[in-house]
Amino acid sequence: MSILNSSIKNLRSRGAPVEAHVRSFAGNALLYARAPMAIMKKELMAYFFTPIAYIVIIIFLGVTGSFFFQILNGGFFYYNQAEMRSFFQFLPLILTIVVPAITMRLFAEEIHSGTIEVMMTLPVKTADVVVGKFLAATLFTCIMIAPSLIYLVTIIIVGSPDPGPIIGGYLGSILLAGAYSAVGVLASSLSRNQIIAFIGGLASCFSLWLVDKITIFLPARLSFIEFFGTDFHFRNISRGIIDSRDLVYFFSIIVISILVTTKILDDRR
Amino acid sequence: MITVQGITKRFGDITAVNNVSFSIKEGEITGLLGPNGAGKTTTLRMLTCYLRPDTGVISIGDLNVEDGPVEVRKIIGYLPESAPLYNDMIVYDYLNYIAEVRGIEGNGRIAEMGDLCGINSVMHMNIGELSKGYRQRVGLAQSMIHDPEILILDEPTSGLDPNQIIEIRNLIREIGKKKTVILSTHILPEVEATCDRVIIIDRGNIVADDRTDNLQKVSGGEKMVLVRISGADYPALAAELSRLPGVVGVEEVGDSDLVSARVTCSGTDDVRPEIFRMVSGKNWTLYEMLLEQRSLERVFRELTAGGTK
Repeated sequence: MSILNSSIKNLRSRGAPVEAHVRSFAGNALLYARAPMAIMKKELMAYFFTPIAYIVIIIFLGVTGSFFFQILNGGFFYYNQAEMRSFFQFLPLILTIVVPAITMRLFAEEIHSGTIEVMMTLPVKTADVVVGKFLAATLFTCIMIAPSLIYLVTIIIVGSPDPGPIIGGYLGSILLAGAYSAVGVLASSLSRNQIIAFIGGLASCFSLWLVDKITIFLPARLSFIEFFGTDFHFRNISRGIIDSRDLVYFFSIIVISILVTTKILDDRR
Repeated sequence: MITVQGITKRFGDITAVNNVSFSIKEGEITGLLGPNGAGKTTTLRMLTCYLRPDTGVISIGDLNVEDGPVEVRKIIGYLPESAPLYNDMIVYDYLNYIAEVRGIEGNGRIAEMGDLCGINSVMHMNIGELSKGYRQRVGLAQSMIHDPEILILDEPTSGLDPNQIIEIRNLIREIGKKKTVILSTHILPEVEATCDRVIIIDRGNIVADDRTDNLQKVSGGEKMVLVRISGADYPALAAELSRLPGVVGVEEVGDSDLVSARVTCSGTDDVRPEIFRMVSGKNWTLYEMLLEQRSLERVFRELTAGGTK
């Protein structure tokens, strides 16, 4: 940033139009992001052109809705609480199943049908392809979660919810969607078979969810293992406490998965 | 334009391409010819930076493929074998997506490609519903949308009907006037019809690399002429034909009611005027006389015959 500032200062002293320079800088950034954005758009479009997207969204909303309204525990009004805790409590587990179903086709289908050959001979970096697909899966998961905001409207009508856990819960959901999508994309790049990609993604995401739960069975000095669990960090955020450690955890999962996927695809050459 | 030096690619124990070198000039249409499994596709995949050669160097223009694959891909258009496409996309959306990734502004190029490849009528159809011929055209449109310097086509006419083959060949020849085109095929007439130059590849090795017309001449300059007449029987015709200068062999062809013979002649002189004069001198009726270009096929068979062993 300081380089940019000083270069603007230099330009100013020479009397060059700063706005144009800044605009071209932004233009270059956009130009760089062009390929991943185009890939993301295409993948998102592909989701909504097939009925699978709508089926996944309907099942997701049905299941999460039943948790929100506590159908199995006597009903939403029985507890007399204006909160979304039960929704966010089960969201991580549900996402471990749903997100791999969303990501399974991203690379497996391209490898299976051979379209990867066209894709990898376009003038794009492998990482750009991975990022584009990762963003599409994350965005799709967010779109899938978005209708649950209706629950929020319901509880605002019937009571006065504490905003902290709800904002934290949605932020955590986005991060969780990103982390699971990145892991799912990685699983998808390993196989030409979508079912195997799904099972691989499911096993990985579920393990990440499970890790902090098995610490009960481990000696106390191994309790640090819980830091590797997605649910552990999600719970922290969904309490309404946004801690950099939790953010770092989710971003690490995303970055590592994208890098490994890029390596796997490059090694296919 | 393209220089390939000693590239080798192995898949496990199989050597798909073995120490292959060639160079291709700008504005040449080069045919990569070989039997199935000869290493044509692997070679093309290395040229397009889809595969990385185990050893050897490929440079395209002044760019090294290993150092700048993204830059190289910008000037290459590539149609992979059997035109893999996204079946659940509409043709227009697909071309639009490719244009976007390649950074082409506006939809002018898509319209041009629609005209050039004759896909305007299917522009709003699902790719999955298209026939093989239209898929191939959409693939071709995809490969040319950025007006590439180099066009690489892997078996561009496979699975097409005869009319479509001729259309695609004409299209390739048209493009080849301005651009460098490399196409792979195992169909000989295709090379003879479209290519300036042939590289014959067999089991990963280059076995011939020359201009198409040179290769046609190279096999001793032998030509075949098919003659069909009436008014005489075969022995009489054969006797007269073998007396003509330059004729080295006559064989009977029994595929019609007419008396037919295939004449093999050596040398560069055309024997057809002699045949005509002989036939008209005998007062026989000449129905048909056809110069058969069979030499490239023979070259191909001779060079790649080991493949069947």
